[in-house]
Amino acid sequence: MRYTIPLLVLGVLLAFFAVGLRHDPRILPSPLIGKAAPAFSLPALEFPQPEATATPPLKGNADFLGKPLLVNFFASWCAGCQIEHPFLMSLAKAGAVTLVGVDYKDADVDVRQWLGSRGNPYAPVLADLDGRAGIDWGVYGVPETFVISASGQVLHKHVGALTPDAWERDIKPLLAAAP
Amino acid sequence: MSLLRGICLLLLAAAFSAQPQVTVEKPAIELTAAQEARLAELLPDLRCLVCQNESLAESRAPLALDLKYEVRSLVAQGKSASEIKHYLTDRYGDFVLFRPPFDPRTWLLWIGPFALVLLGLLVLVRQIRSTRRAAARAATTAKPADPAALKKLLDE
Repeated sequence: MRYTIPLLVLGVLLAFFAVGLRHDPRILPSPLIGKAAPAFSLPALEFPQPEATATPPLKGNADFLGKPLLVNFFASWCAGCQIEHPFLMSLAKAGAVTLVGVDYKDADVDVRQWLGSRGNPYAPVLADLDGRAGIDWGVYGVPETFVISASGQVLHKHVGALTPDAWERDIKPLLAAAP
Repeated sequence: MSLLRGICLLLLAAAFSAQPQVTVEKPAIELTAAQEARLAELLPDLRCLVCQNESLAESRAPLALDLKYEVRSLVAQGKSASEIKHYLTDRYGDFVLFRPPFDPRTWLLWIGPFALVLLGLLVLVRQIRSTRRAAARAATTAKPADPAALKKLLDE
């Protein structure tokens, strides 16, 4: 056949395009999946705001062992966080999972106002003021959500606003299967 | 005119609203001249994860500035280039390196182009050989020309 080779080449190219063009280059795989969650120790925001002199209590990995979690990096200045916020509220209302919010590079006043007016879906809100915890978790753009097992392992990472679709497809089965 | 200015200001505000509003003052890190040189050599090899085609050396994105600060402090602690790259790949994956490592997952990436060139050369050589062979075959199997017909052609 005269056209065998060109057709083969075309087939290979089409296969590459079919895979490559559907791939979003903004979404990077996390090297943390399957490993223990990075160590952190962050001040927890208290509601209502305590006396100015009080130092907020620090919370670390050990405080969250024993039940699966969603660790959600968010900020009051982030657009995607506004989009996912109602869905996080509905998860919290349904008691579907414990939500830990990490407030990424955000002012205390701003996040209090933000959560005050929209509702607070988080069990604790931890403040990552300088973004160091974000770096340890490999966060490159809020919102990012990590699924953590009861034993403190990273099971999954979702980049961008959390949608009901992604929850049903990627996260719920993981939480159901995790011991 | 003031409307245009208003629109411009709004656009600017929109562009910056997706960036952190707080910046934490971090202590400046003093480096020796040799350490500065090492840092300058290292940064262009590291990718900014926000603006993916820029390196940490050139990017002004907030995350890039934070990462630059981390790298700077690691250099100040006397960490080697490979230790620093490990620090970053442990958190962000191989994507932070502009030159990905050579391992089974990247064999296709590293060898693929050369394999394609080689394949192209092979096809080219085969093509040339077969045309030559066909030409040679045509030359040997061609009937000797009829002398009378030739003469007639030349005379005309």
